Amino acid sequence: MALEATLRGIRLVGDKTLRIVERVGATAVFLGLTVMHSATSFRRFDLVIREIFYAGVQSLIIILVSGLFVGMVLGLQGHETLQNYGSEQSVGVLVALSLVRELGPVVAALLFASRAGSAITAEIGLMKATEQLSAMEMMAINPIARVVAPRFWGGVISMPLLAMLFSAMGIIGGYLVAVVLIGVDDGAFWSQMQAAVDFRHDIVNGIIKSLVFGIAVCAIATFEGFEAPPTAEGVSGATTRTVVSSSLAILALDLVLTAFMLKGWN
Amino acid sequence: MARSTLNLWVGIFVLLGFFSFLMLGFKVGNLSAGGSSSTYTVIAHFDNIGQLKERAPVRSAGVLVGRVKSVSFDPVHYNAEVQMAIDSKYHFPKDTSASVLTSGILGEQYIGLDAGGDDKMLKDGDEIKLVQGAVVLERLIGQFLFNKAQDGGADKGVQK
Repeated sequence: MALEATLRGIRLVGDKTLRIVERVGATAVFLGLTVMHSATSFRRFDLVIREIFYAGVQSLIIILVSGLFVGMVLGLQGHETLQNYGSEQSVGVLVALSLVRELGPVVAALLFASRAGSAITAEIGLMKATEQLSAMEMMAINPIARVVAPRFWGGVISMPLLAMLFSAMGIIGGYLVAVVLIGVDDGAFWSQMQAAVDFRHDIVNGIIKSLVFGIAVCAIATFEGFEAPPTAEGVSGATTRTVVSSSLAILALDLVLTAFMLKGWN
Repeated sequence: MARSTLNLWVGIFVLLGFFSFLMLGFKVGNLSAGGSSSTYTVIAHFDNIGQLKERAPVRSAGVLVGRVKSVSFDPVHYNAEVQMAIDSKYHFPKDTSASVLTSGILGEQYIGLDAGGDDKMLKDGDEIKLVQGAVVLERLIGQFLFNKAQDGGADKGVQK
């Protein structure tokens, strides 16, 4: 009896693992398919511009406001700790480096996944449930080229812009709190920041990160929408899965990318 | 939504993103400082470099004049070879001295350059001969204890 129960437990673990691996593989294949069918999106770029509006412009408010708040909190907390060491001026360095390297790309991507990724999944999922995708296929229009690829590229183009806006807004927030509110010296705040932040190693690496996160989020969101069971529960489940798996993917990819960026690629 | 308003909003979004990129590059980062566009390399050998790392600042009179390009072990002289990329705006005499210093107590380590009085200037690939390595706290304490012990021994000798 005990052996039977243990075996069942192990089988359950194996089954779950296989399902996860299968899903990751299917997402990768779907990403490949999307890229292969991207020619239409670039020939009719107005399709992508429409999606940049829905994914990027409509995420602006949440990204800008969150960036401002995150920067302000970093300024407050950083100043609180740094003043113990008598180096309040370094608060600019702390705010800028943590935003540009980590928080900008990661938090912006998490917000983007829950704001735009879920919308993409729900939209494609509903299109499938209402058989709009089948109708397209009947008219010899490839739904991946017409529906999926523009949404994918719209998101991929929006993501680095949003991450940079998040970082810039956060630094303004940090400036407001540290310099305007608390009274850290204005010159030291900016000059120490400029001395510490390197364009290639910090800013460009941050942009590369946000681009990778954008690809991951959009691939997951479009895949989940396209593969959603055509029912109300199916679409709601797919939307939830998009947010959960893209958040996990963002954090895991961030660890890998950070490790490579700090230790070099070789 | 009408095409023109949609294009307008996307245009605003892309321009905002572009401006934030410029702000990050010039106001936050070091693009305005010229970056690594025109520098010349100077070499120095130190007995001990402490915690000096690549990209550490090189300062003269407290002003940032360059960055450490590479730190490596010299297998011939058994010491540390440090290559510094100095901004080509700044020229230093041949007898300039270099020392590994620490900013503050907990701060980062950097290389300080003190200009000499030579007429000839350092060129690309030249070596700075006058160097002083990092002060290692353990050695300083060791030396202090050693001196104390010697003083104590000497005192007892006198008493006898």
